[in-house]
Amino acid sequence: MANYFGTRMNPKHFHISQWRFLIILIPVAIFMGLPIVYIFNHAFKPLVELFEWPPRFFVQNPTFDNFIDLFAVTSSTGIPMSRYLFNSLLITSLTVFASIVIGSLAGFALSKLEFRFKATLLWVNNIAIMFVGASVSIPRYLVIEQLGLIDSFWVHIIPGLAIPVGLFLIKQFIDQIPRDLIEASRVDGANNLQIYWYVILPLIKPAIATIAIVAFQSVWNNTEVSNLFINDESLKTFAFYMTTLTTTGNTVAGQGMAAAASLIMFIPNLVIFVILQKNVMNTMIHSGIK
Amino acid sequence: MDWNERMIRKLTLKKYKDGTTGALFVLPYVLAFLVFITIPVLMGMLLSFTYFNLLDAPRFIGFTNFISIFTSDSIFMQQIVPNTITFAVVVGPVGYLLGFFLAWLLAQIPHRLRTILTLVIYSPSLTAGVAMAVMWRIIFSGDEAGYLNAILLSLNLIDSPIQWLANPDYLMTIMIVVTLWSSMGIGFLAMLAGVLNINPELFEAAYVDGMTSKLQEIFYITIPSMKPQMLFGAVMSLVATFNAGSIGVLLSGQNPTPQNAGQLIVTHIDDYGFIRFDMGYAAALSIILLLMVYLFSKVAYRLFGEKD
Repeated sequence: MANYFGTRMNPKHFHISQWRFLIILIPVAIFMGLPIVYIFNHAFKPLVELFEWPPRFFVQNPTFDNFIDLFAVTSSTGIPMSRYLFNSLLITSLTVFASIVIGSLAGFALSKLEFRFKATLLWVNNIAIMFVGASVSIPRYLVIEQLGLIDSFWVHIIPGLAIPVGLFLIKQFIDQIPRDLIEASRVDGANNLQIYWYVILPLIKPAIATIAIVAFQSVWNNTEVSNLFINDESLKTFAFYMTTLTTTGNTVAGQGMAAAASLIMFIPNLVIFVILQKNVMNTMIHSGIK
Repeated sequence: MDWNERMIRKLTLKKYKDGTTGALFVLPYVLAFLVFITIPVLMGMLLSFTYFNLLDAPRFIGFTNFISIFTSDSIFMQQIVPNTITFAVVVGPVGYLLGFFLAWLLAQIPHRLRTILTLVIYSPSLTAGVAMAVMWRIIFSGDEAGYLNAILLSLNLIDSPIQWLANPDYLMTIMIVVTLWSSMGIGFLAMLAGVLNINPELFEAAYVDGMTSKLQEIFYITIPSMKPQMLFGAVMSLVATFNAGSIGVLLSGQNPTPQNAGQLIVTHIDDYGFIRFDMGYAAALSIILLLMVYLFSKVAYRLFGEKD
């Protein structure tokens, strides 16, 4: 069709006619990317450039001073920065691991096994996708207090383990695995746990990557838990510590360190997403709510 | 399938129908879900009918909290509700439409370029909240060293630095811009996957049948073919919008925000709950918020749902 002018989705090659899309996409991408470029520059600025007026966007003489300051500084209560970072790393890895196990087991059961209240559970979870966590922070506080989790290390991990969106995505993904495959394994004598381990898990790697990212983001960037449930300074997280850098005391001197800290916060997010993005896109094909 | 296969299926189904393993597999999730989602919601409902200050036992007071929210909480009716509606109506639909539009554009460029641009557009949502609130605060800093002030001063557009974040006239706009900036999240990715997954023959067939414009194509082919992803995207942007409620407090660094300009229901709840310790009142506000989210999502389901 010579004069076909309809949409060509997912084109193989660049064609000059695509300028129409790029003319919008590139400015949007610049606007979206600018603050991130800005953190990169700000984090490496020496003190002179931080105080410079008018402020420059790009760094002139990059240095690691801000990072050195950040690692050397101890908070007003005498806790070194490395402690916060250690807490964040430990909490994040444990939570991501646990939510993968919990989410994939539940997703498998909801998609492929029969048990009582399955329909109810699915229905409740689909409603819970639109659950706004911030709205019940007070009753949640009371529950956590009753469980004796205040000032406990586990309060960072346990309350975030049920992720309705994560379960939804995993379940949708498992739905497209043919039932025959599972029944064939049963005929071969596999029990449900073996099916989960040898058949399901290897097939749902993309969905696992997705739930890992969702869990990672919600924990790594979380300040609420440290803010509300933890009084013991040595159990607070890096994300929380970062907020104290600019809200208290000298903001200009803190700026360089805050930018360095933002960069430390941002890089793991970016790296993980870059590594897993193909898997995420794969999962998203099945994300539709019908 | 032949008789043999059917028998095998029947036998295996029977053997595994007991469902203990199924129930066992969902147990950890169900426990976490019950304790940290279901119980808090139910408790919120109960608490909303009480007066509770954390020190004394909750005292049942019927609908008093709800009545005072709507009749005597002048801040709520005059500022919080209009603020929340402005914020939600701009950030929700605009962010959503923008997400769809960007996904649609991205789908029409080659793979490598698309991956890079998608990453850049998605990256703000990776850091949503904290890291960014810190950076935005430096950009909008009220002294002349703030980036925006410095740029405007050097261009001679203003004479003296503007207190962006402390000024009620600007705070809401800044909140909306920052939230929109970080709103291209998981829903946006879902819509991108949805557009990419549409069968290309549909488009060709439509043009053979006499379709003439891109607009027709979007409304008659693209959106109907990706309704499930559109609905997922809508729900995600709805949740993100209401969860982003504390952005005003993060930006201005105070709760309540200056002259309540950036005060939304979420921050009003925190104000009553964690600052004034009126837990019953705060719980009543939460229930109103949850109902609002639920109603909005009903609208989304009406628009894009296939049944219901």
